[in-house]
Amino acid sequence: MNFVYEKMMGGKKGLTGFLILATLILVIFPLFLDIFRLNLVGKYLTYAFPAVSLVLLWGYGGILSLGQGVFFGLGGYGMAMFLKLEASSVENTKIQSTPGIPDFMDWNQLTSLPWFWEPFNSLTLTILAILILPAAFAYIIGAAMFKRRVGGVYFAIITQVIAVILTILIVGQQGFTGGINGITDLRTLNGWDITTDSAKYIFYFINVALLLSVILISRLILTSKFGSLLLAIRDKEDRVRFSGYDVSNFKIFIFCFSALISSIGGAMFTLQVGFMSPSFVGIVPSIEMVIFAAVGGRMSLIGAIYGTLLINFGKTAFSESFPELWLFLMGGLFISVVMFFPNGLAGLWDDYGHYITDRFSKSKKTKEDSPEIVKKKSDESAA
Amino acid sequence: MGDYTSSELVSIFAMQGFAGISLFSVLLLMALGLAIIFGQMGVINMAHGEFMAVGAYTTYFMSSLTETYFPSFMPYYFIFAIVVAFFVAGVLGYLAEFALIRHLYKRPLDTLLATWGLSLIMQQSFRTLFGAREVSPTLPEWLLGSYQPTETIDIPLNGMFVLALTAIVTLGVFYLLYKSSWGLRVRATTQNRVMSGAVGINTKKVDRYTFALGCGIAGIAGAAFTTIASTGPTTGTLYIVDTFMVVVFGGAASLIGTIVSAFSIAQAQSILEFFISGSMAKVYTLFALVLILMFKPEGLFASKVRR
Repeated sequence: MNFVYEKMMGGKKGLTGFLILATLILVIFPLFLDIFRLNLVGKYLTYAFPAVSLVLLWGYGGILSLGQGVFFGLGGYGMAMFLKLEASSVENTKIQSTPGIPDFMDWNQLTSLPWFWEPFNSLTLTILAILILPAAFAYIIGAAMFKRRVGGVYFAIITQVIAVILTILIVGQQGFTGGINGITDLRTLNGWDITTDSAKYIFYFINVALLLSVILISRLILTSKFGSLLLAIRDKEDRVRFSGYDVSNFKIFIFCFSALISSIGGAMFTLQVGFMSPSFVGIVPSIEMVIFAAVGGRMSLIGAIYGTLLINFGKTAFSESFPELWLFLMGGLFISVVMFFPNGLAGLWDDYGHYITDRFSKSKKTKEDSPEIVKKKSDESAA
Repeated sequence: MGDYTSSELVSIFAMQGFAGISLFSVLLLMALGLAIIFGQMGVINMAHGEFMAVGAYTTYFMSSLTETYFPSFMPYYFIFAIVVAFFVAGVLGYLAEFALIRHLYKRPLDTLLATWGLSLIMQQSFRTLFGAREVSPTLPEWLLGSYQPTETIDIPLNGMFVLALTAIVTLGVFYLLYKSSWGLRVRATTQNRVMSGAVGINTKKVDRYTFALGCGIAGIAGAAFTTIASTGPTTGTLYIVDTFMVVVFGGAASLIGTIVSAFSIAQAQSILEFFISGSMAKVYTLFALVLILMFKPEGLFASKVRR
């Protein structure tokens, strides 16, 4: 029990933060928001998966990936392909010239299901694909890059190019992927209607449960020896290498893990929103995920979730009323978070939060050495 | 490719090759600016495409200005527009370096994010100032038309003009970097910033002017760009990834490498475009680049600078 308390919860401070977050998204949101708004929050919370993965990868590992959208997209498309195949049963697609294949394939004169769609007839294989494929893909990229000691800006650019390639492929190969519209009209999961309110509630809670478990597992990783090594690699990679560690394997692992998390987020996105499209894969969504993590605080797992929620609420509110102001605001946010608040909301809380907490409890708290407050102004210059 | 005779193939390659030259010129001009900034300061400027758009919009602005007030000046305005584009983009770059970039030199990944923010702001400013529609300047007549050496080959004049412009700018950059005393200071700072400072080079000033010069060249690229396509608020973003690939593939801080890689990327894309769709041509080109870079991460021409 003590192990769980110290390692997963991160001691008293970590536990408090975790409980506040859990209360907010498990109790307060479902109680006070109607199902439409709650579904929207659920969608935002799926973006929190890649944001949390970037805290691990970028905040702690010093590896900036501008391609997390790729993994988010792979997970999302995996789930969407399964749902689409189920929606395109022979009875549902009688009017097509080839019944039994997804409608966009029929529009593009395909007469049979492409081979890589076949495994997605089975839910088990789909879930396996969502869990394994992105991680395997990340392994290939990571092994090729980190073994050759490519890092820093180069890695960021290459991951960005991969995001571009995948987007162009999805848009260009309309017959196989649904093109720019993506995969739409997803209705049932193993015969269960996913568009009903009750299904939306259930998915919301599954999503939150997954997200909270991701946070706990990530904490476990960060408080282990691996976590300390990761920080050490970020700050002085050469010294870790000279101490006899194979630096690249650690980097590959954290990259694969971050890909896995993002992919789960993508799959949950498809289930809650009911479609998947290339606009969640490319450069812009990928870099927005970075800003979610940066605003929340690149060193704070929980902060990433608040950052994601805050920016997406802001985006929805602003793009409804002042669409032209939003880009200015977003740009300003990028600049100011980098220049003035490199530790994001979590950093602000660490610096000024005690003014608030002091009011509630008169006793002065000593700061514990949880990973959230390991502050390092020096950055990715480790490379 | 089997359906074409060999003489047809020659014509196709020649035509697409010349079409690729326009792309090559724009990519090279963009990449030159990006490469000297990256080589000098290790900073990736995500807003570089927007500085190109600044150049393109300046040209458009000059064109409408001339058309309204000095119609007789129309044949010559383009030359002035190039110079003005250079200075407008350069001054904006100077200001960006002063206000933003110089605070982040020790954090290259953060610069990437900050310049991305800058690019968002610039894009929205274009949209506010010039509208969301794509615009293009009225080109002087001597830029239109084409030259036909044989019946099947048709070489557009604007492509040749842009190529000549690119050659002049590239030579100018070479001269500045390798023959002028300013270039000596730039190269010294690139190799060893601390020592350069110790021997009395004002490295901060060198940085600022290098950044301004890089952005200025992007402005020229924008002026050249207007001759081959129309400009919209998001034009810059379309080219920025390709430009990164040119710089990385060529090997950072190697000007020869930049030229070779811009040429091969532009030609590969342009020739492939004839045989398969444009989007797939881009996929194959980028994919090949990523593969090559995975095996040869230092690029074609590795720089001798220690990292």
